[in-house]
This record gives sequence, structure tokens and C-alpha cells, in this order.
Amino acid sequence: MKQYETVIGLEVHVELATKTKIFCGCKTDFGAAPNTHVCPVCTGMPGALPVLNRKVAELALRAGLALNCRINQICKFDRKNYFYPDNPQNYQISQLYLPICHDGYVEIPAGEGKKRIGIHEIHMEEDAGKLVHDDWSDSTLVDYNRSGVPLIEIVSEPDMRTADEVIAYLEKLQAAMQYLGVSDCRLQEGSMRADVNLSVREIGNPQYGTRTEMKNLNSFKAIAHAIEGERERQIELLEEGQKVVQETRRWDENKEASHAMRSKEDAKDYRYFPDPDLPPVYISDEWIARVRAEQPELKEEKEARYQEEYGLNGYDAGLLTNERALAELFEATIAAGAPPKKAANWLTGETQRLLKEQEQEVSTIRFSAAHLAALIELVEQGVIQSQTAKEVFAAVFSDDVDPEEYVRAHGLGIENDESALEKAVQGILLANPKAAGELKEGKEKVMGFLMGQTMRALKGKANPEKVREMIWSLVKE
Amino acid sequence: MQLTELTAVELGNKIRTGEIGAVEAAQASLEQIGRLDFRVQAYLTVEPEKVLLQAAEVERGIRSGALTGALAGVPIAVKDNICTKDMKTTCASRILENFVPFYDAEAVVRLKDAGLVVLGKTNMDEFAMGSTTETSAFQTTKNPWELSHVPGGSSGGSCAAVAAGECFAALGSDTGGSIRQPSSYCGVAGIKPTYGTVSRYGLIAYASSLDQIGPIAKDVRDCAALLEVIAAQDKKDSTSMARPDTNFLQAVGQSVKGLRVGIPTEYLSEGLDDDVQEAVMRAAGYLKEAGAVVEEFKLGLMEYTIPAYYVIASAEASSNLERFDGVKYGYRAKEYEGLHDMYKRSRSEGFGPEVRRRIMLGSFVLSSGYYDAYYLKALRVRARIKQAFDEAFSGYDMILGPAAPTAAPRLGTSLADPMKMYLSDIYTVAVNLAGLPGLTVPCMVNAEGLPIGVQLIGDCFAEKKLFAAGAGLEAVRGPWMQSDLVRGEEQK
Repeated sequence: MKQYETVIGLEVHVELATKTKIFCGCKTDFGAAPNTHVCPVCTGMPGALPVLNRKVAELALRAGLALNCRINQICKFDRKNYFYPDNPQNYQISQLYLPICHDGYVEIPAGEGKKRIGIHEIHMEEDAGKLVHDDWSDSTLVDYNRSGVPLIEIVSEPDMRTADEVIAYLEKLQAAMQYLGVSDCRLQEGSMRADVNLSVREIGNPQYGTRTEMKNLNSFKAIAHAIEGERERQIELLEEGQKVVQETRRWDENKEASHAMRSKEDAKDYRYFPDPDLPPVYISDEWIARVRAEQPELKEEKEARYQEEYGLNGYDAGLLTNERALAELFEATIAAGAPPKKAANWLTGETQRLLKEQEQEVSTIRFSAAHLAALIELVEQGVIQSQTAKEVFAAVFSDDVDPEEYVRAHGLGIENDESALEKAVQGILLANPKAAGELKEGKEKVMGFLMGQTMRALKGKANPEKVREMIWSLVKE
Repeated sequence: MQLTELTAVELGNKIRTGEIGAVEAAQASLEQIGRLDFRVQAYLTVEPEKVLLQAAEVERGIRSGALTGALAGVPIAVKDNICTKDMKTTCASRILENFVPFYDAEAVVRLKDAGLVVLGKTNMDEFAMGSTTETSAFQTTKNPWELSHVPGGSSGGSCAAVAAGECFAALGSDTGGSIRQPSSYCGVAGIKPTYGTVSRYGLIAYASSLDQIGPIAKDVRDCAALLEVIAAQDKKDSTSMARPDTNFLQAVGQSVKGLRVGIPTEYLSEGLDDDVQEAVMRAAGYLKEAGAVVEEFKLGLMEYTIPAYYVIASAEASSNLERFDGVKYGYRAKEYEGLHDMYKRSRSEGFGPEVRRRIMLGSFVLSSGYYDAYYLKALRVRARIKQAFDEAFSGYDMILGPAAPTAAPRLGTSLADPMKMYLSDIYTVAVNLAGLPGLTVPCMVNAEGLPIGVQLIGDCFAEKKLFAAGAGLEAVRGPWMQSDLVRGEEQK
């Protein structure tokens, strides 16, 4: 059998974290009642006109600069014409001829080194509404709340060869967008959508094969499966002497198979042309300089700093910085007084374990940095033992409880811990055999001394009455 | 003298002094509509109760001192492609037959804020596509000067209503001459302002890069007063501009002594009716008498303006009209099978032949393989046309020329030959392509009893010069006449 190489390029839609839509003042909030965040503009009413939300260009610019892109300082919007009910104007306002950013790259880890994945362009566009089929009335309804929500589309060059590279690239984009405050980039929620363009060719062939576009990929797992499935499907076709058809295919994760999407009745011709309602956007040198200056510390920089400044190992630093939210929690925990390494341990250890166990994501973390710092403090002060600390953390993790109150309410402090007390007293008796002997002989005046020693060993966190009882019972044995 | 004979500014003055009430004025307009409109058929919608309610409210505003504008209380008509809240806005198309906007166009907001009373909505060519108002899906508007002739188009209803005294002024829209040409046919004054002067928000788009709303009135001074009301930057329209010079009334009456006026030689060549040529020559004489310098010059590029205009306008229209699909509002076919059939039937049944023709033409010039050859080339021609005007305005303050090659044609003689109809836009479309202001001023009445106006074209933002020259021309010309129809009413 011939050896094949897979060639993959990605089109990634990222929903921008703006408060209002791209061309009107309607809110972008998710989950509102249908058609409540709408106006004449985003429902395509006659005579309504789009006005660009400057924040959209700002975020696109931020993304482009972070992805090493060149900026079209005069960029324009174009209309992409096609009829579909989720698209109220029957054209989508997008950018074809002069997108805001072009010719950038990101670096992904590859073996020992790094691999550069080219960014062809980033353009701004509006999202469409949502169609809802109503079985009851056997009709299709449209909700325009999503219509006009701002998106950027990040188009890569066909530089990826494996599913691992694709995932690494997506993680890289995800982290960058989150750090930049451009988007929360949730695949599941659709705030990040990746379409995979894939072709195969015999190794050594300089020509690309015919590519297909795969849609409906809602998780990294689905993306990996789809890449594997599509590679095999195309190779099979070629091996059978058939041709790959250039088409859009829909991935069905349940069936782990794809099918060609219903081809449009006519060949697609979007009749793109410059939108006459929107003047060109001028991006000044000053604007670019300001965005550059305001660019926050990105993952790579944080990762390096955590190792250097806090002495974390590479793995932990990487894990903590994969998502902006976790890095922020880590930094806030330190700010609340926790030693960096201890904070890192909790966030890379127990936190990750519980997230995995409960099938949750970093974004769903509920506990506060203050409470994690308080818990670490309790352990440091010896108020609770490390085993107990895990129990307390589980409560902090699930309900963001105040660890001190929790320990008090549940009697989890060392003073209430029989075995810890026994261990401490045994240690004191062993260390002071003379006093222990005298007490056994009835010389009660040494009791004060032994109690004092025990209390000191327990840092005062013990009930004196119980200490007295424990000393007695152990001495008498 | 009848109340309806007053100009808008005259009426505004009388209302301000309390000599005439706003309700009284509205009633006079409604009565004139009642007397004449069954013959002229300028209006598609008139709702007298709403009109009188608004007039009463305006009257209170004037009395309380809240409304002090020059045109407060003046009844006005609005072309039916300009959205009016709670009043049908149809674009004279089946596809929007029952469409009632829940918002006012920005220009209408400004009218209402200034205390003008909206009488109703005027007929037009369907979606402003046509030169006679005969492509309206609903009715045929007649020229008040000669009822067997068209009023011109596409703002034929607004121009006919002004000419018939059925309103004191009107809003029209002009994409390729739709204010200036019917103004000439109907013997009224009308201006297409510099692109970006009046907000397009709520103007149902035909060709976004060419469309402008503008005033139509009995004389130049009324046009200036009305433009002063509606001109303003609007943050809802990114193509609207901030202008510091919108005190247009001030320009009326200013001297035109020494003003340099150029007449393009091409404008006076073949295809121009003798009557119209005479009108231009008379206008040149009036302006000279007022102290202006008038000469002929070569403008160039005339032969390219019509093709460039129809490519660009149709391309934009094909996209702008996509939203009329039967999904959200407007006409939906009664029977259909599936989504695409619904689109096809709703749009085929909802749009008239001229609109369908331009949608097809526009879709064609934007389709892949033809985009460069037609659309892009047309954009390049457009840039060259702008250059030609820039050169002209380096030597002249304004250009004088016809607004149309003929006086108003007879009803029913234009639509059969669309090419001929398109070619008759030769004197107007270049102005839209270059974004310039153009003012039509009534000049003479021909032997058939049809009025003919002339067009003054200015550089961008030169409306004040146009108003000064237009008013100067009117002053030398003398008082304007009225049609037999209106005179007949007065004699009764």
C-alpha cells in the first residue's frame, strides 16, 4: 500500500466577548428568551442600517497582533449573499477582499522543538440566527438573538499533518483568545467552532489532493475522530481508483462517520461585493501601538515566569497556564498569602483530579482563591492534617465553603483528632521518660510539664482536658 | 388667494404668528387631497384622523413655545419608501403591501421633531426603480399639469402632490434622478443633497451608495428650509456626515454676481428635446441677468455614465432586496413546497417586472466570472466620473443642464422600451455616482402646457451655492405658474 500524508487546514470561528452585537446595540447574552435581544438591524427590517461596533475591530486587532499577523490598516466589509431563514438580510456581512489581519502564525510544540502553523487571515463577520423546529406545529421558527453576534474567523494555512497537531493548534488559539479577553472559546457552547479542511496525498507529491470540509465538530475528541475517519475514507477512495469530491461533510460523533451535506441546488456563488452601508475601517498606527502596549501576559510568558519566579516545574507551569482562568486563580491564591508551590500543588493535583472525576472544566470552578489560601494556611499552621485537608478541600471545591468554619463545624481540627493527640502524647512521653516515670509513680506535679510539652507540640490547638486524659491513659498502660 | 397656494415657508410664518392654525393647514391639505387626488392619484396612504391628531398636537406645541421652527405646523407628504411608524410603507410593491414599520426613518423623526405634519405616503415606482411612477404595483399617478402624462419618477407621487397643492412640501428619494427628473416634469423644485447629508436610516434601500433623501417643494427657498430640517449626521447611518453648514435658508437671496456657471457641451447635443434646450438657454439667460458668468465646457465621459450606473445600482439592489423573502414580513406566496419554492414564488409574485429585471441584472454582474468585467469596471468608471466633476469644479462654481431630455411623456409610452427609459437618465445619474448635490428649478412651460425644469449641479457640500443660484434664477424668471387643474379648482 502507498504511504499517504494528511494535509489539514482549519477555519476556526471565535465568538467575540463583546457586550453588544457587531452592527447594532442589542445584547449578546446567551440563553435569553427567543427574539428578545433583537432590533430592526439584526432582524433585517426594511431601511435598517448596520453600524460597526468598534470593540469588534479592537478585539480582532488584539487577536491578530497576538497571532503575529499583518494588519490591513484600511479594511472593508463585504456582503456574502445567500438565502437562508437564519440570515435575516439574506446576506452575511463578512470580509473577503480586505480582511483585518493576514499572514500570521502560531507555534505549536512538535517533538523536541516547535512547528509554525501559518495564519492565512482573520476576518470579522456576523453570526446568524438559530432555527428551531417545532414538532407540535410542524413548522420551523427562527430566533434572531444570535443574529449579529460578532465573530472572527481564523483561517490557517494547510500546515497541519496530524490530529495531534490540530489539537495543539486549537489549544494554542484557545489559550491566546482567553488570555487576550477576546473570547471564552468554549467548543461545547459553540463560542469556538472549528471546520476541518482535509486532503491526503502520496508522500513526496508536491501537489495537494482534493480537500473536503468537515463541520459539526464539538469537541477535541470529535475533531480527532473526524480527522482519522476522513483520512481513511479518502485513502480508501483513492486506493479504489476513485476521486475525492470537493464537498462539505457533516461529522456525526455518535456514528463516528461523516456524510456529505445536502448540496445546494445550484453551485455556490455568494456574489461577494463591498457592503455600501459600511465605510472602510481605518486602523491607525496609534491604535495598533495602543493594542500592542495593552496586550496582557500570554501563556508562554506566564509559563516561563512561573518556573523562574516560583520554581515550579515545567509540567505544572504548563498545566496552570493552559487556561487563563486557572492561571488567574493561581495568582489570586498567591496574592491571598499562599506559598506559590503549595497553591500550585492544590491546583494541579486535587483540583484536576476532582475536575476529571466530576467531568467538569476549569471554567466551572466555583471556589475562591481566598478559600484555597485559607485552607493552605490551616495546613501550614498544623490546624489540620494533610489527609483532613483533602476532605476539607472537597467541600471547598464543590461549595466554596470557608475552610476555617468548615473545620470548626465538623470538628476536624487536630484538637479533636484522637489519633493525632495519641501520637503527640506518645512522642512527648518517649522524649521525657523521666517525667513519664514520675507521673506513673503518682507525682502529679509533672503533669503540668507534660501537658505543656504536648500543647506546644500541637501548637496549642488541643483541648487541655483531653490532653490530660490522654496522658493519664497512656502513662497507665 | 387660497391657503394651499402658500409656500411652506409662507405658511410656516403665518402659523408662527397665529394667523393660521396647524390644524387649519392640515385640513386645507386634506381637503385638496379630497378634491384632486382621485384624479392625480399621488397618495397611496392618507389617514386623516392621524393627521389631524398630529396637527392638534403640533398646534399645542407651537402655542406652548416648544415648537419654534420655520416649518412647524406645515403639512408634508412622504415618499412610500421612507419608513413611517404605524403607517404603511410599501415601496409601491406587492411584497410590502401590508408592511407597517414600528420605527420612523431618521428623516421622518426630524420632520416630526420640527413640527411638520405628515399627511401620508406618496406613490412611486416600485422600489424606486423607474422613471415614470408607472411601475407602482398599486396605481398610476398623473401629472397634474396634463393628466394624460406621467409625473416622472421614481418620486412621481411626491412631485405630483406638491404640484397639485395636495401638500406644501414632500420628501422624495433620489438614486439616479428620482427627485430631479419628476420635479422637472411636475414644475416643482427638488434637490438631491450631497451623499451623506441626510440619514438613510429607514429609507428602504434601492442602491445604498447612491440613495439620498431630499426635499421637493414649490420653490427653492422651501427646499432650503426643508433640507435644513432633515440634514444631520445620524449615528445609525455610518455613511452620514457631520456638516457644519446646514443653515441653508441663509443662502437664499444671496447674490450670484460673479458666480461661474458651466454648461457641458455634451448636455446640449443629440437626444435633447428642443424645448428642454430652450429651457436651459433661458435659465442661462436668467443667471446671466442675475450677474453670473455662464459658459460652455467639455465635461467628458458622458457615454459611460448610464452603463456604470445601471451596473452599480442593480448590483446593490440585487443584494438590498434579498431581505424581502416572505419569511419575516411582507408578502408570502399562498402555496409552495418547501423553503426554496417559498422564496421563489413569494419573490416572483411579490416583485413586479422592472424590479425583477434589475435583480437579475444585478445578480449577473456580481456573479463569479463577471464581477471584474462588469462590477469592478463600473466602480472604476465611477471614480473617473468623480474626477471629471472635480476638474469641472476647479473652473466653475456649478454646472447647469437639463434634468431630463424631454418634458413629461404620455402615460403608457415608456415601459415598453426599458433601454430607452434608462437612457433618459443621462443628465441625472452621474450626479449620484459622484455623490454631488443637484437642484431642479422650474423654468418654463412648453407649448403642450408641460413644465420643464433645469438642473444645477454643485460640488460636494455646495448646496448653499445651489440655493443662492436657484433662488436667483427664480427671481429673474418671475412668479411660477400653476397647472390648469389647480387653477380650475381655484376658480370654482
